[in-house]
Amino acid sequence: MHFSFDDDHHAFADATRAVLSEQCGPDVVRAAWEAPAGQLDRAVWDQLVGLGVNALLVDEQHGGLGLDEVWAALVLEQTGRAALPHPLVESAIVAAAFDPSVVDGTLISTDLGGPNVPCAADADRLLLLDERAGALHLVDRESVELVPDTAVDRSRRIATVVWSPSPDSIVTDDAAEIALARDRGAFGTAAVLLGLADSMLAMTADYVRERRQFGVPVGSFQAVKHQLADALMQVSFARPAVHRAAWSIARGEPTRRRDVSMAKALASDAGVTVARTALQCHGAIGYTVEHDLHLFLKRTFALSRCWGSAADHRRVVAAAITRERDRDRDRHGATTTV
Amino acid sequence: MDLRWTPEQDDFRHEARNWLVEHRDQWLQSCDHRPESGDTKTGFAQHLEWERMLHQGGWAAVSWPSRYGGRDASLWEWLIFEEEYYRAECPQRVTQNGIFLLAPTVFEFGNDAQRDHVLPRLAAADDLWCQGWSEPNAGSDLASLTCRAERVDDGWLLNGQKTWTTRGAFCTHLFGLFRTDPEQQRHRGLSYLMVPLDADGVTVRGFGRLDGDEGFAEVFFDDAFVPDTAIPGGVVLGGVDDGWAVAMATTGSERGLTLRSPGRFTAAVNRLVDLASETDHAVTDDIADVWMRAEAYQLFTLQTVTQLANGASIGAESSINKIWWSELDIGIHELALDLLGPDAELEHAWSKAFQFALSGPIYAGTNEIQRNIAAERLLGLPRK
Ligand SMILES: Cc1cc2nc3c(=O)[nH]c(=O)nc-3n(C[C@H](O)[C@H](O)[C@H](O)COP(=O)(O)OP(=O)(O)OC[C@H]3O[C@@H](n4cnc5c(N)ncnc54)[C@H](O)[C@@H]3O)c2cc1C
Repeated sequence: MHFSFDDDHHAFADATRAVLSEQCGPDVVRAAWEAPAGQLDRAVWDQLVGLGVNALLVDEQHGGLGLDEVWAALVLEQTGRAALPHPLVESAIVAAAFDPSVVDGTLISTDLGGPNVPCAADADRLLLLDERAGALHLVDRESVELVPDTAVDRSRRIATVVWSPSPDSIVTDDAAEIALARDRGAFGTAAVLLGLADSMLAMTADYVRERRQFGVPVGSFQAVKHQLADALMQVSFARPAVHRAAWSIARGEPTRRRDVSMAKALASDAGVTVARTALQCHGAIGYTVEHDLHLFLKRTFALSRCWGSAADHRRVVAAAITRERDRDRDRHGATTTV
Repeated sequence: MDLRWTPEQDDFRHEARNWLVEHRDQWLQSCDHRPESGDTKTGFAQHLEWERMLHQGGWAAVSWPSRYGGRDASLWEWLIFEEEYYRAECPQRVTQNGIFLLAPTVFEFGNDAQRDHVLPRLAAADDLWCQGWSEPNAGSDLASLTCRAERVDDGWLLNGQKTWTTRGAFCTHLFGLFRTDPEQQRHRGLSYLMVPLDADGVTVRGFGRLDGDEGFAEVFFDDAFVPDTAIPGGVVLGGVDDGWAVAMATTGSERGLTLRSPGRFTAAVNRLVDLASETDHAVTDDIADVWMRAEAYQLFTLQTVTQLANGASIGAESSINKIWWSELDIGIHELALDLLGPDAELEHAWSKAFQFALSGPIYAGTNEIQRNIAAERLLGLPRK
């Protein structure tokens, strides 16, 4: 048993963090709110491509790094910290299994996480699920029709995709592969949520140390301290669950699905708790669009319900517990008859 | 990262499992399959039988060096042992305050003579220790305590009162904080003393707890004389007037992983899942929720133990740890009572355990105090 990351994992994540803190400040996230559809700036994306972030899960034969989800976990947390507006989870974690050109920066989005496809107009390709046939297709963005939607978080750049499946574009109709793709998306999103939560907590702690009312910093009030301590606790206990999910996917553990669902449920709940606490502790300034907090809040509210909400994933875990219990009971029954 | 147990760890698990199951059954037979709670006089004696069996098997304190009665096991093995312990529904440890709270402090601050005397007797359940910190007017504000220990020839003269002392009425010794320099305020001028409860001038009075057991005690010191020789190496642990620092090392153990190992909660949620099936209920989302919280606690602990194994030490993180397990414990037991419906009002293992769970946010430093610590030390918020 050894439940921690290696120095190499940390080094990769630190490099990502350095790029993001230089190239992906709140101004970049705000710019993503403003940019016309299809014109999202890719400067930071290209930097991440240069680092090899997009190539993480692609095998070496195809020009990738041949690494696994354990490496991705810390990297994705960093992108969450920066509220990176590009669909890195969709491209590098989900679509990479079907299209190694992500290595060169091909931006791929998908409807696997839900009907609202993020960054659809900015994607080079789309990974789309034909639910009826149970098949996954990879299509060029030009070949489909996009109906733009207005999202609460404008930097998500949401659209619905209108398309008709053709046999030529099928990349898999294997239910297990599609399930794995979904698990990767849910895990990746959970990791991003941890990063968003970290940023909101840090922002809020800084703010309440500075903001004075009644002659003292508001952070010296217990009502404020206790809310923040609880929020911190939620994230601290969601984090190892996300890390375990990474490991379970990387190793193809039989409990993979349950572990991923547990991670997404805890991370979604933690994200929402932190977001609400951060807003409350900021007071009205946090309720303005001038303040950066709202960029993180809205992303959190969006991601907490994409790739399955906490409630959806809790149900998956409940079903897994029921199955495990019934299996154990059968086994029990068998041994008592011997 | 590797979340698998090694073959050696698996072997250790099997050895522990087999031993525990076999001896637990022997013990249950010896008390007619009707052991009482360890927080009652009869139950305490029954539990001591069990703990002496544990000691004879070398399982009393697995992670201690063997010269003190342990088996030199790693923290990993300790966790595995605990998991098996709760899985086998072995009885609550009435020596736990000694093993989990006093012993780590003796390892860290004791001199050789103290270690050689205190630790083996503790492991063997020859000396039974209770924790004497709280006083009627010093609960959360422990530093305001007024119990005095005055230096006299060859020993200490004790005056004052301790209270809410768990199993104090059944124990032989007390470790606690006493004011040794009345000139100094609050955290200064306190000493950590180890006191035999049979000293002249010590009166112990037991009283009842919410969960129906007699397990609390108040301890009165009335010119009680404790000679230096009462404990070889001396009755003061760490330096005289330095007791606060010594005591704070112990609170870390209390809130952190040693007092409440995750096995306790993973076993409890598994029993909850069984209870759902016995009472013809589905595994609801609420049950999945506490199941996940127990599992998350387990994972958090595995990460912590990895860090400890790599040489790190635990700090204020133990505060959020404590809030998590205490609230989880209540969550598990509330759901159990919901499953039982009207029968929840009857006295049985679940209703008793629920009432005990309610004390979790109070003892070992209340959760309000833990939230203060977490906010101030982990998030850097201002104290005042
Ligand atoms: C089951 C059980 C076993 C125990 N065993 C032992 C034992 O073996 N040995 C021993 O020494 N003690 C023991 N205790 C006592 C325990 O340590 C104290 O109860 C605890 O320290 C709290 O003190 P108090 O009960 O005096 O509460 P108080 O300190 O009076 O607190 C009352 C309420 O006020 C809140 N409060 C107090 N100060 C603050 C603050 N600064 N900010 C916010 N809220 C605050 C508390 O959180 C609590 O909600 C035990 C208690 C229980 C319930």
